[in-house]
Amino acid sequence: MSRLTMTGITKNFGAIRALSDVSISVAPGEVLGLMGDNGAGKSTLVKIIAGNFPPSAGDIRIDDKPVFFHRPVDAQREGVEVVYQDLALCNNLTAASNVFLGRETTRSLGPFRVIDYPAMNQRAAELFKQLKSETRPRDLVRKMSGGQRQAVAIARTLLSEPKIVLMDEPTAAISVRQVVEVLDLIRRLRDRGISVVLVSHRMPDVFAVADRIAVLRRGSLVASKATALSSPEEVTGLITGAIEAA
Amino acid sequence: MTTLDEIIGQSEHKSVLSRITGVPAFWVFLAAFVACLALTLMTDTFATPRNLFNVTRNFAFVAIIAVGMTAVIASGGIDLSVGSTVVLTAMVISILMAAGYSFALSAFAAICAALAVGALNGVLIAYAGMPPFVVTLGMLSAARSLAMVLSNNKMIYEFGPDHDLLLWLGGGSTFGLPHPLYALVVLTLVMSFVFRWTRWGQYVYAIGGNESAATLSGIAVKRQKVTIYMFSAFTAGLAGILMTGWLGSVTTNLGQSMELAVIAAAVIGGANLAGGEGTALGAVVGALLIEVIRNSLILLGISTFWQGMFIGTFIIVAVAFDRFRSHRN
Repeated sequence: MSRLTMTGITKNFGAIRALSDVSISVAPGEVLGLMGDNGAGKSTLVKIIAGNFPPSAGDIRIDDKPVFFHRPVDAQREGVEVVYQDLALCNNLTAASNVFLGRETTRSLGPFRVIDYPAMNQRAAELFKQLKSETRPRDLVRKMSGGQRQAVAIARTLLSEPKIVLMDEPTAAISVRQVVEVLDLIRRLRDRGISVVLVSHRMPDVFAVADRIAVLRRGSLVASKATALSSPEEVTGLITGAIEAA
Repeated sequence: MTTLDEIIGQSEHKSVLSRITGVPAFWVFLAAFVACLALTLMTDTFATPRNLFNVTRNFAFVAIIAVGMTAVIASGGIDLSVGSTVVLTAMVISILMAAGYSFALSAFAAICAALAVGALNGVLIAYAGMPPFVVTLGMLSAARSLAMVLSNNKMIYEFGPDHDLLLWLGGGSTFGLPHPLYALVVLTLVMSFVFRWTRWGQYVYAIGGNESAATLSGIAVKRQKVTIYMFSAFTAGLAGILMTGWLGSVTTNLGQSMELAVIAAAVIGGANLAGGEGTALGAVVGALLIEVIRNSLILLGISTFWQGMFIGTFIIVAVAFDRFRSHRN
């Protein structure tokens, strides 16, 4: 069984073909490293899975069920969560408030619905514990390290028991030590049976954590193979076009 | 060796004292208190019942609007049109009442006019994506002009059958406290609750903190922004009605450059002009400090022409203070 299957995905923006006939699948609990040069179509593919826009042609299946996403909410409902490159966090709010942003737990107080901060803090603490991250739910995100901020962004996705988590360049602008933390977080997601699609430029990170690597070049899929059977040299060749396909 | 559980479960253990001193409003309140104390000792006129009554009433008008302004500023916006909204609502209610309509109906129409101004501000800012500064600056001019057109620039001082009720509401007192103060207390209590405990309040801060994150989280940011500007206009409308009753007459220069005092009050009270911070109580305390200083200028015989200098300096110093604080972090 495969968690996510995409068949013949094509995306045109006017006369420009951003993706042509991309077919790819991800198994449950598999980490797929999606690589490619700037403009190769990585972001387009991720945005299609996340429901930002529909493909021009091709179909998407989740757990072998055909799905059609018109808006990001549709994708969320089918268990697709996204960790954005800039993490999309509010620095002025607490970690727990960020985890629950837009989905706050409320309880009724007479005729009013009030935010249930204790319940949110408790649930956020559980999620951080699952991620083995030393992040305190009541702390303001402004005061947090890059690794903790990543943990908050990833805990956000866990809130809805997702099937697939898309991560766009999670290790792009953080310190070496924090990269190690983030890669650990990705492994925790995998251990929980969640499929992860990791978009990254950083070869070592992808090789450290991905089970399989897919390479896009000028909108076409040129490789999709097990990490163990590949090498950074081969992937570099595939990205630049020195190697035609693998 | 501490376990992960302990670290996550740990909250910053703060004493009551450090909690209180961590709130910006506390220091502003302290400053206002010290100023009051100094004035009591330095002048014979400050601590008189009459003067204190005036101070509490005068500051209530600015404070009421400052609560609304705090919502706008905390969401990362600004509303320069509140002074003009004050005169527009005052004009609508006084014209209707002068024409013989009841207070309730006229007040309702006046609040609707204020909400319409806020809604137009909000729609232009949220849906057309125009900068709040520009939209509300335009509205500042447009709303006052509309008030002039409505009144034909005449002073209105006869308010029809409910004349006495209006004057009682705005200018009267119960248990020795002026009525606008009651309105302020209720508004502050309600909004303190709303800011802290409701989704609407949470989203005000979320939008001010990171608008794109709020959008990505599925929050209806545009709709929320419209309601925020409508709330700000509502507070201006409320103040406009009460001021009409207090003054007993309406002229078209009512509320002129009031927006500056309101913004200063909110900012002194801890609202961050960059968005994401601000409390209702802070806005009230900020307004109190401004009024005490304004009052002291008069009592100490300093020319009232200096008031503008003080308010302008306050805004700039408060923003500079914020800058230094964020640099240090």
